[in-house]
Amino acid sequence: MCLAVPGLVESIHDANGTRMGRVNFGGVVKEICLAYLPDIAVGDYTIVHVGFAISKIDEASALATLKTFEELGLLEEGLAEIRGDESDGETAGP
Amino acid sequence: MKHLAEYRDAHTARRLAAEIRRIVTRPWAIMEVCGGQTHSIIRNGVDQLLPPEVELIHGPGCPVCVTPLETIDRALAVAAKPGVIFCSFGDMLRVPGSRENLFSIKGRGADVRVVYSPLDAVKLAKEHPDREVVFLAIGFETTAPANAMAVKLAKQQGLENFSMLVSHVLVPPAIEAIMRSPGNRVNAFLAAGHVCSVMGTWQYPTLAERFSVPIVVTGFEPLDLLEGIRRTVLQLEEGRHEVENAYERVVSERGNEPAQAVIAEVFTSMDRAWRGIGVIPSSGWRLSDAYHDFDAEIRFDVGDVTATESPLCHSGEVLKGTLKPNQCPAFGKECTPRTPLGATMVSSEGACAAYFNAGRVGSS
Ligand code: SF4
Repeated sequence: MCLAVPGLVESIHDANGTRMGRVNFGGVVKEICLAYLPDIAVGDYTIVHVGFAISKIDEASALATLKTFEELGLLEEGLAEIRGDESDGETAGP
Repeated sequence: MKHLAEYRDAHTARRLAAEIRRIVTRPWAIMEVCGGQTHSIIRNGVDQLLPPEVELIHGPGCPVCVTPLETIDRALAVAAKPGVIFCSFGDMLRVPGSRENLFSIKGRGADVRVVYSPLDAVKLAKEHPDREVVFLAIGFETTAPANAMAVKLAKQQGLENFSMLVSHVLVPPAIEAIMRSPGNRVNAFLAAGHVCSVMGTWQYPTLAERFSVPIVVTGFEPLDLLEGIRRTVLQLEEGRHEVENAYERVVSERGNEPAQAVIAEVFTSMDRAWRGIGVIPSSGWRLSDAYHDFDAEIRFDVGDVTATESPLCHSGEVLKGTLKPNQCPAFGKECTPRTPLGATMVSSEGACAAYFNAGRVGSS
């Protein structure tokens, strides 16, 4: 849950009055709720938890984090969780 | 799996470790509160870079691990009801209840679904107006904004077939309980970075002051952890006990205020039982009175479930940091991630699973 992969906000839209956006996590694009970051804009990076953008991070930090995850082999773990891979409960987490 | 010593920033890691070795003069026990940090520490071998004086104690910050057995048994009782679609994060499926787990009742035909976000459960409720959709809302402060918003939206949209089984837990009361527990060995805390991204750091100075304990807000990557540990050791050696933020790129003092506002609207604090630890005063959230109708415990009348733990499991001691996972007699024998006896072996953030997956052998 906590090893959150930073995502890039690609677009922002409104869904029944809730601020949502399409966020790209190293190639995996998900619809994410942006209601808690009223100032976030397209092109910003964010840390996301269970479908919600919680805090904004600057691009340099986001790219460094992504690179570290990749080098440590953590990126696949994080992306499997984001994709919501149907697992038997061993990898996906809150 | 790749070890920290082999990666790009290995020299920075070694430099931080050398710095820690240089400043440390006596033994210190530092607790990382968050299970995500435990996972990262063990997986990347951060603890193996540290001098022997610095001991990391793995705290109770894995939400899956501390969800009480009663809650799992209630979840099983609700999920088995006809017409229910039961939604949960994937990690909960193998957590052992008193007799079985969600995965096994799914195998017997219960409609149990793994969701990535609580909003997926709200969506299912909208798509299946003839079914009762129940979401198992567990987690620390990091997950609370998501779960709170899901109920808020369900209410706004008039979704009467949506409800939540809530078992939220909070970090600051757990820190207080650990500091107050008899025989406590913890000298300092690494505070969970993402919990603080939501709640800010303003809750911690009173704790640091009251218990004379350094609290350093720390991230999850190996270098973040080493930097958090370095700052903690420095405080300990200098006799300081302050709140420091070693994860400033993500955490601010005030935290995410819109999220705190929705949490305050949807949840209210309560005494909560932690699996393996017991009841900690004001350590949890339940739905507030305004959201009472969305409480699955009331809707399905499963409040009075009682439960019994496996007598072989020592996860309570593991969660309090008095026993290392591989010191448990069942570790890697009766108990593995495939056949877990306790929740700490299920979640990848649980200390037992972290040790097992990193190939740390059991003591014989
Ligand atoms: S190894 Fe298994 S039985 Fe032992 S404490 Fe951990 S979860 Fe419990």
